[in-house]
Amino acid sequence: MKDDAPLLEVRNLVKHFQVGGGFFARRGGLVRAVDGVSFEIRRGETLGLVGESGCGKTTTGRCILQLERPTSGQVVFEGRDLTTLDEDALRPIRRKMQVIFQDPYSSLNPRMTVGQIIGEPLAVHGIVTERAQRATRVRELLSHVGLLAQHAHRYPHQLSGGQRQRVGIARALAVEPSLIICDEPVSALDVSIQAQIINLLEDLQAQFGLTYLFVAHDLSVVRHISDRVAVMYLGKIVEITDRKSLYDSPLHPYTKALLSAVPIPDPALEAQRERVVLGGEVPSPLNPPPGCVFHPRCPIAVDRCRVEVPDLREIRPAHRAACLLA
Amino acid sequence: MGTLLEVKNLKTHFVTRSGVVRAVDDVSWDVGESETVALVGESGCGKSVSALSIMRLVAGPAGRIVGGQILFKGRDLLQLSDEEMRHVRGREIGMIFQEPMTSLNPVLTIGRQLTEGLEIHMGLAPTESRRRAAELLGMVGISDPERRLSQYPHQFSGGMRQRMMIAMAVACNPSLILADEPTTALDVTIQAQILELMKDLSRRFGLAMLIITHNLGVVARYADRVNVMYAGKIIERGTARELYANPRHPYTLGLLRSVPRLDEPRRARLDPIEGQPPDLTRLPSGCAFTPRCAFSIERCRVENPPLRVVNGGGHVSACWEAEKLGRQPTAVGT
Repeated sequence: MKDDAPLLEVRNLVKHFQVGGGFFARRGGLVRAVDGVSFEIRRGETLGLVGESGCGKTTTGRCILQLERPTSGQVVFEGRDLTTLDEDALRPIRRKMQVIFQDPYSSLNPRMTVGQIIGEPLAVHGIVTERAQRATRVRELLSHVGLLAQHAHRYPHQLSGGQRQRVGIARALAVEPSLIICDEPVSALDVSIQAQIINLLEDLQAQFGLTYLFVAHDLSVVRHISDRVAVMYLGKIVEITDRKSLYDSPLHPYTKALLSAVPIPDPALEAQRERVVLGGEVPSPLNPPPGCVFHPRCPIAVDRCRVEVPDLREIRPAHRAACLLA
Repeated sequence: MGTLLEVKNLKTHFVTRSGVVRAVDDVSWDVGESETVALVGESGCGKSVSALSIMRLVAGPAGRIVGGQILFKGRDLLQLSDEEMRHVRGREIGMIFQEPMTSLNPVLTIGRQLTEGLEIHMGLAPTESRRRAAELLGMVGISDPERRLSQYPHQFSGGMRQRMMIAMAVACNPSLILADEPTTALDVTIQAQILELMKDLSRRFGLAMLIITHNLGVVARYADRVNVMYAGKIIERGTARELYANPRHPYTLGLLRSVPRLDEPRRARLDPIEGQPPDLTRLPSGCAFTPRCAFSIERCRVENPPLRVVNGGGHVSACWEAEKLGRQPTAVGT
């Protein structure tokens, strides 16, 4: 494998969910949660994946981890297509891909101590089999995430939200992964704690050469942490490029609207700021609109947008957008 | 502009197994007629309990208002009978909650939930209240209101539910709306819609609003004045412009600095507030922010700073070092 080969390559990923259609129902619907998504992440890079609830960003993450088996498409990780592997073949690869969840409370077992939570993956994957060595390794991991050795004996409910998220991060780090999928890792935390966790994620990335897929809805946070950013809307990527191009010169009207909706903590600036307030709401992925999925809410849509599906095409070098008018 | 609501020395305590939690600890603030005031702070700072106290909805027996006054149009709400208080809730003070799904009744139609208040408080006849309910839904931007009235909350999207909550809150022409994290559960683009709607309604009907939020960005655009809370106390207050431009409490300054901002060049590193939020059962002596404060001095550990005037326009801060935080030397305001 060449050094500059991407660590992860997602090709035409599709995940449809069958809903309804029980014994008595005539027919169920098909939720097109992820509808033809392609991107790659290079080693050591952070790709931000942003979008509103229901846009498919979390499902994309779960399909990469093979927690959901994709309907079609490929997930190529370190050169192997994970969609072709069975559970046995996947197990050693799962070690290389970890996840940090949004809610650190519901993702930690309340009956286990912090030490057991962090030590478990070490035992399961047979990384550190000897008990005493495992305790040493747990202490080491705790210090990596800014916790103290004595925290190993505490239960999740004895910790604050920020500390719990640190435990979640230590658990992910335990198996020495190369890719971590961070699914809204700071959105459940208080503002003053969010910055601590973001700084920690950045430090760990530098220290261990980690690669992140950072799934979030907060555009300011994504700008801070990402090298490149993909914007999703209704199961599709509508724009993808490097951080600077996306924030300085967004091409897709949805990206522009998202950016304009982010409030700025400065009343004087806000008073002068023109706001594009999008009308309507995200349509149901059960019944997405024809043509461009964004056209019903798009401030610049023309007749063509109602019939023609825009491709994600390169409009400027390394800057792709799915808009007929871009 | 007269004062509509005046909270004086309010104390709301909760008795827990690990001790008494002073959720709201001797707090005073006010809202003027048709003014939008924000109460900002992080989880556990006492902002929601403040709103519940005004409505006298603090969950007993653990929680109790143990002192203070809540003067609304000159009357102390804490002295009213339960019957009188019911008339204030919904009729004179409307409330919008964070999670519209849990605050709407899932087995009643939208129409019924809207007409209930109209019939009880305004004495409208059923046909009349239904007509008014449809009008209200239209006003908050829900299309096809007639048909929507016979639907249930689960048939509404999150944004529509929050619009419906707003319609319920303004139904009986109250003079004050308490909005507790009204947009936190919503997507960014829907957040913008809801906030613009609230601002528009408050302007049109001269409504006063108290917005409770943890997001300093949200209130920058909409609040006239901002109160910042920490560990049950107000630690800084000022007009929005003054407070954001010239924060005089290390906590406010920390909050403003810790968030990445789209209008500024990207920083290599964020400046978080170090440490953990305080445990309200075990507050340190002196200023509760001391353990996390970069500016603390010896005095902070022993003596709790009162709110002091730090600048003109009613800008107050509860920090011994407030003067040092300012860009210019202290100007003692009026």
